[in-house]
Amino acid sequence: MESLTFRHTTTKPLPGTKPQAITGVVASGNLEILLERVLPPDAVEVAIETPIAGYGPVWEAVVADFVARAQPGGVRISINDGGARPDTVSLRLLQGARLMEA
Amino acid sequence: MAGPSAGPDRDRLSWYEASARQRLDALLDPGSFTEALGPEERRMSPHLPLFDLPRAFDDGIVVGTGTLDGRPVYVAAQEGRFMGGAFGEVHGGKLVGLLRAAVEGRPAAVLLLLDTGGVRLQEANAGETAIAEAMRAITEVRAAGVPVVGLIGGRAGCFGGGGLIAGTCSRLAVSEGGRISVSGPEVIETNKGAEEFDSKDRALVWRTMGGKHRRLIGGADAFCDDTIASFRAAALSLIADAPAFDLDTLMAEQARLRERIERFGECRDGTEIWARLGVNDPDAVPSLDTRAFDETVARIGEAAHDAR
Amino acid sequence: MTLAEILASLFPGGHAVAVTDGLVSGDGPFEGGRLRVIGIDGDTPLGVEGALDLAGHVLDAVRAGDRAPILVAVDSDSQRMSRRDELLGLNECLAHLAKALLLADRHGHPTVGLLYGHSAAGAFIATALATRVLAALPGAAPSVMDLPSVARVTKLPLETLQEMAHSTPVFAPGLDNMLAMGAVHAVLDPDTALGPQIRDLIAALPERDERDRLGRERGGRPVAQAVAEVVAGQVRGG
Repeated sequence: MESLTFRHTTTKPLPGTKPQAITGVVASGNLEILLERVLPPDAVEVAIETPIAGYGPVWEAVVADFVARAQPGGVRISINDGGARPDTVSLRLLQGARLMEA
Repeated sequence: MAGPSAGPDRDRLSWYEASARQRLDALLDPGSFTEALGPEERRMSPHLPLFDLPRAFDDGIVVGTGTLDGRPVYVAAQEGRFMGGAFGEVHGGKLVGLLRAAVEGRPAAVLLLLDTGGVRLQEANAGETAIAEAMRAITEVRAAGVPVVGLIGGRAGCFGGGGLIAGTCSRLAVSEGGRISVSGPEVIETNKGAEEFDSKDRALVWRTMGGKHRRLIGGADAFCDDTIASFRAAALSLIADAPAFDLDTLMAEQARLRERIERFGECRDGTEIWARLGVNDPDAVPSLDTRAFDETVARIGEAAHDAR
Repeated sequence: MTLAEILASLFPGGHAVAVTDGLVSGDGPFEGGRLRVIGIDGDTPLGVEGALDLAGHVLDAVRAGDRAPILVAVDSDSQRMSRRDELLGLNECLAHLAKALLLADRHGHPTVGLLYGHSAAGAFIATALATRVLAALPGAAPSVMDLPSVARVTKLPLETLQEMAHSTPVFAPGLDNMLAMGAVHAVLDPDTALGPQIRDLIAALPERDERDRLGRERGGRPVAQAVAEVVAGQVRGG
């Protein structure tokens, strides 16, 4: 297993007041994402546990793209990966952010 | 948490396709579910890292309380897509804790949304022991007068020790996709050969351990469409009509199972059993829709009983 | 120990326990009353008929209402793996046997498992693991999953698994590992009379299921008890 953590600052907090959300399932080609509104409003942290080693740069790019698009300030994001493709990761991250905004 | 909130979409959600969380969200009264030991507590398997395997924040089972038609229920839902819904140490401990709480908490029912291949190989000894603990706890819950209702229709089916847990419940609802057995098709084929069981023969799998077969022989008490609304309706009716856990029930079950083996012990296939049960066109059973199938079941004496 | 040796040690004055097709049933004099014995001998797989035969004996005991202790002696294979058994509802039959033992327990029959050989999977859950207290004799070999099967599914080399089994009792077969889980309460001494040892187990029957506590104390299941307690507390509190 490989552990990766990425920290970003955002220009605004993620809208909504939902304290927590979870989406996805740890299964082959899938992943689960836990979102918790526990950080300062301009901070975001994404912690990943993945069984596929060596994809740090890909994760870094996917996370940076998500942060730029969603501006998920204040949220700590924890990922248990089951070997998901980057497009699946992006989709789930955006789903998770929408759940928090609901 | 992740599912749609209310309305027809929620009711039509496929049980088979839904996640454990989506099933609970749509099964219970909207907004009523409170999770115990939720994912934010990160109580994950201490053993999977040994095998370099990914973990899940809830270890593949969601437990907690909610209401069903306004009445308090305790619920546990296995996630069949995470490690086949199999029992490990944490997963089993969560189920056991929920059941033990029900002995004193006396909810209107405990609902078990079973979706499991049995014990998790990587934690086999802990999983097996937890299954034994869960079965003891289920009988204690039932003896306290609380129905324990199993709902089975997920991807992983209900195999191994999960099949024994199902057999310990007061009542069972099953859909077409909900297979219930001890040895799964692949296990039988691996150990006894493809001539004993060809696990790739999907039709054979359904005829041997599928929801319709189980319902016809009395191995399940309700047959559901693959919708959460259908399982919800079945759960409500089964809660209202659950057998006690006592000597009379088990004597009746002993007689029921003995008679089954006497009558059908020579049968080679589900269709032969259905013919002996009095089903007019056994070969047509797999293609019957739920309504037509329920009409067939209503004419079969074995399907309705208080002997579980 | 063989079943014959076990019975001779338990019942020095003789007994009426018989073995038919690998299924054990009968009774013998014990502590001024009777000790009922059911079980499986000779590494026999447990199928639908066997499960119902054994359950029938247990339910007869409950009906007799004598609260006599029930010994469940086990040297079994796993559940019988066949298309026919599954077609006939093996899950119901095995669960029925376990429920019969759990009901007997509720009706005041002390239930004691005695693992003296092999046992596995569904047969193990339906018999030995459905008793209030499970003892074993040295040489007993419970195996939930055999290592070659684990190797096949996990795609790990057998040697790697054998190495891992040294550091954790959680997945590999063996009596020591099931002791560490808390599933097996105690190992008996084969060199002294078994009767008094069984009597002592009955005298000290745990009030409630304490297997997860034993598993924690012995280090085999470090978290199961705490998880169950946290869940129960949160459910009752909320």
